[in-house]
Amino acid sequence: METTTLNIDIKSEQQKAQAEIKAQGLRVLVCAGTGCVANGSLKVIEKFKELGADVSVLTDYDKMTIVPTGCHGFCEQGVLVVIPDKHVTYVKVKVDDVEEIYESHIKNDKPVERLLYVDPITHEHVMDDEHINFYAKQTRTALANCGNINAESIDEAIAVRGYEALSNVLKQNDPEAVIAEIEKSGLRGRGGGGFPTGRKWRFTAANRGGKSYIVCNGDEGDPGAFMDRSVMEGDPHKLLEGMAIAAFAIGADEGYIYVRAEYPLAIKRLRKAIADAEERHYLGKNIMGSDFSLTIHIKEGAGAFVCGEETALMASIEGERGMPRPKPPFPANKGLFGRPTLINNVETLANVPVIMLKGADWFASLGTETSKGTKTFALTGEVNNTGLIEVPMGTTLRQIVFDIGGGIRGGKKFKAVQIGGPSGGCLTEEHLDLPMDYDSLIKAGAMVGSGGLVVMAEDTCIVEVARFFMNFTQHESCGKCVPCREGTKNMLRILEKIVAGKGEMKDLDTLEELAQSVKEGSLCGLGKTAPNPVLSTLKYFRDEYIAHIKDKKCPAGVCTAMKKIVIVPELCKGCTKCARTCPVGAIDGVVKQPHHINQEKCIKCEACLTNCPFKAIVLE
Amino acid sequence: MSSTTNSHKIDTSKLDEIIKEYEGKKSNLIAILQKVQEVYRYLPEDAMIYIGTKMEGLSPATVFGVATFYAQFSLEPKGKYEIKVCDGTACHVRGSMPVLNAIKARLDLKDGQLTTDDGLFSLETVSCLGACGLAPVVVINGKVYPQMTSDAIKIVLDTLLKEDR
Repeated sequence: METTTLNIDIKSEQQKAQAEIKAQGLRVLVCAGTGCVANGSLKVIEKFKELGADVSVLTDYDKMTIVPTGCHGFCEQGVLVVIPDKHVTYVKVKVDDVEEIYESHIKNDKPVERLLYVDPITHEHVMDDEHINFYAKQTRTALANCGNINAESIDEAIAVRGYEALSNVLKQNDPEAVIAEIEKSGLRGRGGGGFPTGRKWRFTAANRGGKSYIVCNGDEGDPGAFMDRSVMEGDPHKLLEGMAIAAFAIGADEGYIYVRAEYPLAIKRLRKAIADAEERHYLGKNIMGSDFSLTIHIKEGAGAFVCGEETALMASIEGERGMPRPKPPFPANKGLFGRPTLINNVETLANVPVIMLKGADWFASLGTETSKGTKTFALTGEVNNTGLIEVPMGTTLRQIVFDIGGGIRGGKKFKAVQIGGPSGGCLTEEHLDLPMDYDSLIKAGAMVGSGGLVVMAEDTCIVEVARFFMNFTQHESCGKCVPCREGTKNMLRILEKIVAGKGEMKDLDTLEELAQSVKEGSLCGLGKTAPNPVLSTLKYFRDEYIAHIKDKKCPAGVCTAMKKIVIVPELCKGCTKCARTCPVGAIDGVVKQPHHINQEKCIKCEACLTNCPFKAIVLE
Repeated sequence: MSSTTNSHKIDTSKLDEIIKEYEGKKSNLIAILQKVQEVYRYLPEDAMIYIGTKMEGLSPATVFGVATFYAQFSLEPKGKYEIKVCDGTACHVRGSMPVLNAIKARLDLKDGQLTTDDGLFSLETVSCLGACGLAPVVVINGKVYPQMTSDAIKIVLDTLLKEDR
């Protein structure tokens, strides 16, 4: 195939964009991702801009520029303010702190210590990302630019080599070479399935010739995962570039990004990114002067978890009820509007430009034998540092929870992590040194899934968590397959019975039996994986189920039905405060005499317990 | 709030406008319904029938089928303030249920009741808003309230009530 001469020289565009960034002077990066906006980052940005008007105070710079960035990942510590030239990361910045940062650090080079991150273990103040364990122990590739560039500026994306890979690919003009490179990299689908990406591309490319589509799955429905949101919000051009490269490889000229309606900011930023890219001819007709054209549309979801399944997602794009259909035919042969379609997840596509720039060998040097590259995880729950992280595949759970996550909150004991959301399973203490890759996790009865990692401590009830996930999948089951529709309902009913203290031992066998039927009798991934949380918790925490059933006790002290609040007569002074506090009138007694709680009336709200001045009320 | 909105008069010219904006394409049905819901804060039955009759390749039954499939669509009027309590895993583990119960108690919502009698507030739980680092999260008319507690949400609601008066 002949090479193509392009009418855009990406290298000189890059230099121009880099010069523009240099001309910005002192860059103050303020996170404007969903999390930080909720914590008030827009006001912080305003305040900085107000102060920045007086540039005469800057010694080494003639200008200060406030850059609203995408998600920095460390959402809990927001609002995050990073000044790269001063090597500083400020956390939990409020609008009232801005002036102090400006006066003390920007003007007089004296860091504001009280706004620095405090290490949860050493309790020391830490200056910048390089020394904050949460960042220092990560390897960021898909998320490399998130939080470091202005998410709404195409120039800033170009300055960090955005669209360079696309330009190279178009110049070389050899789709086969692109597919071979992705195959060689060992990239596997980041949305959950872990199917080799290059192979998927090859299947779709085999049908090249007529109309084909590229679809990006941004329906990140797994509760507890937000990596795709961060990429779409923080570095939308990387996703668009990845889509363009994929579309070129398979011969598609039209694409859709399917985004959850719950992500309004991601939708807004993507729309702007598409418009900007089209204006520069990085998308649209005859991209960069080549023969290759690609139009990208955005489709908003409407709140249906099952639409993350590819056939359901296509039905939804077509404007129908998002119900899965049997495969084959696979989307590669007969997908969107009946045409060959390639569907990849956001994170998968965000890895593509990096692979094409740095090479398949570089990518394959990260990770394990069968799982290459890096993976993002959304680290949440009872862990000190919650947020979005990216690590090489094969990093152990211990490194993630204790090194990056800074251990369990409030000095509590680690109990388990739930990985992969409602499709995944739980991992316990014995798995702490398990390498986190596709195959090791499957062997342990869990899965990478989309990468949600919810850390649970000793006071999290595992049976309640299993009930929670079953409630979720039951609710989201589309109802097409009877085993999924009815099976999840019955499994949920049993779990509700157990947490209410009304379980029987035979329920556990029924649960396992139902789980098998649901797994085998369901068409799509939702049903096939819905029983996983129950099965894996039954495997590792059977004792807790038995405690709920036989002893009518919740070992974690969570399940309200099994809680009993009592007054210790020896400690009660008869002050009547509890009786007056109780919202349901369940406490009676005479003044200066020990009071008594009527267990039948008690709703276990613990109002009496928190209000008793003599600590005479306890949980049994 | 002037009145509750159970019997909306449908302005068909407005619907025509929306349909036209989306080129009358069947594949844009979800987007069209989203727009209609933006206007009325729910999907009035008459609007669904109109769209199903007017647009090519659709029937009122198909429109109704799509509308009932997706959680975002409501066939009942929603409140002026739409409260969404995130009950994703991270929020659940960090206590979204006490927050939900506090809202129900403050707004006097009975089990199964979604909208307050005065039509001011409606309440629903959503699976995950992707703001897990700030759990538990409540969203009211698009504004995210991070790290909520049952006390904090009461203050938020009281402020909204005051503003509305």
